[in-house]
Amino acid sequence: MRSVLLAMVLTLAACAQQPPKNDSLYRELGEQAGITRIVEGMLLNIAADPRIVRHFENIDIERLRDKLVEQICVEAGGPCTYTGDSMEESHKGQNLTPSDFNALVENLQEAMSAQNVPMPAQNRLLARLAPMRAQVIDR
Amino acid sequence: MTYLPRCIVLLLGLLANLACADGRLLATGGASSIEGAAGGGITPWAVLSGYGERGEWGADVFATRVETGDYRLDVAGVGVAFDNRVELSYARQRFDLGNLARGLNLPENSLSQDIFGLKVRLFGDLIYDQLPQVSLGIQHKRQKDFLIPSLVGAQRSEDTEGYLTASRLILGGAFGYNLLLNGGIRYSRANELGLLGFGGDRRDRHSVLKEGSVAVLFNPRWALGVEYREKPDNLSFAGESDWADLFLGYFPNKNLAVVLAYARLGEIATLDHQDGVYLSVQGSF
Repeated sequence: MRSVLLAMVLTLAACAQQPPKNDSLYRELGEQAGITRIVEGMLLNIAADPRIVRHFENIDIERLRDKLVEQICVEAGGPCTYTGDSMEESHKGQNLTPSDFNALVENLQEAMSAQNVPMPAQNRLLARLAPMRAQVIDR
Repeated sequence: MTYLPRCIVLLLGLLANLACADGRLLATGGASSIEGAAGGGITPWAVLSGYGERGEWGADVFATRVETGDYRLDVAGVGVAFDNRVELSYARQRFDLGNLARGLNLPENSLSQDIFGLKVRLFGDLIYDQLPQVSLGIQHKRQKDFLIPSLVGAQRSEDTEGYLTASRLILGGAFGYNLLLNGGIRYSRANELGLLGFGGDRRDRHSVLKEGSVAVLFNPRWALGVEYREKPDNLSFAGESDWADLFLGYFPNKNLAVVLAYARLGEIATLDHQDGVYLSVQGSF
């Protein structure tokens, strides 16, 4: 009895120190499979978007897909590790404008809607990505 | 003679470039307010006309009607913005006195004015930066039918007013849906927007007036919100009420916006309870 209590207290203490990761957004996006479909949908939308498609020429698109899936998984609280370059590094020399950034946002929104991601979940992901604009544009 | 066609080709190319300037996200160009500035209906927002971002042009044209039963206001105008920085706008308002003109046998049955607007984004961004988007605007208004306003105590037919306004879209800010907040202060002595002239027998100084709006975007295309605008009370012949409305905005694409609202305009030129319907259609380029 005493050891059970002790275990409970220790568990509570551990919880207080390290709260369980909130992965509700990760689950709303459809976990690994759903995020992969969203990223692939976005890349297909970009391929058909004359505003920004030139920025995606001559790059390893499969690697880009994998890194984007990792990144969105991490941002959504999923069990992933981002192994790509920093945002500053990966956009260096591209001189991306605020318009380019918004065009990508629109392609992402369309991809999420195509996967029937609920609007609040879409907004939660966009709210996680929006602060990255400063690290993406004008590099 | 070959010079002219080349000019036309160049001009068409330029127009095509202008038409392609859609660097901002859907609905972030706002609708057109009744004074011509980009915004909601009865108040401007800090956003600029059209969808142009840095280095791009944006523009809109609009027509608006407000019908209260006793009165009708018709507005038409244009706005042009460059670089997501500066906006120039023009609006013509025509206020039909309807029942009042018939009841009192007034010498004129409508009041019109021209509004020339300039708005500059000072700093910040609607969505991205640390700070909200903050813009400073001035509006020069010319009342064109000054006989009635002068008879009820208005002091002048032309005036300039300023406003400072802040806007922010909070992603997921309303139970997961995007929340748009706007707040501003205006420095004005316009009577009923200026339709009844500027300054009055009761008060002839500018007042600091509060205005603002809150809207929820159910998705990028639909917005539901409320607006409020404080108004001065310069004329002794009648009270002037603060205005409020409940609006539904529809942004099907970056070329069209439609706003339908229920407006509570209170007392206007002695007639009270002026509630009515507001409809505005805007085209953006």
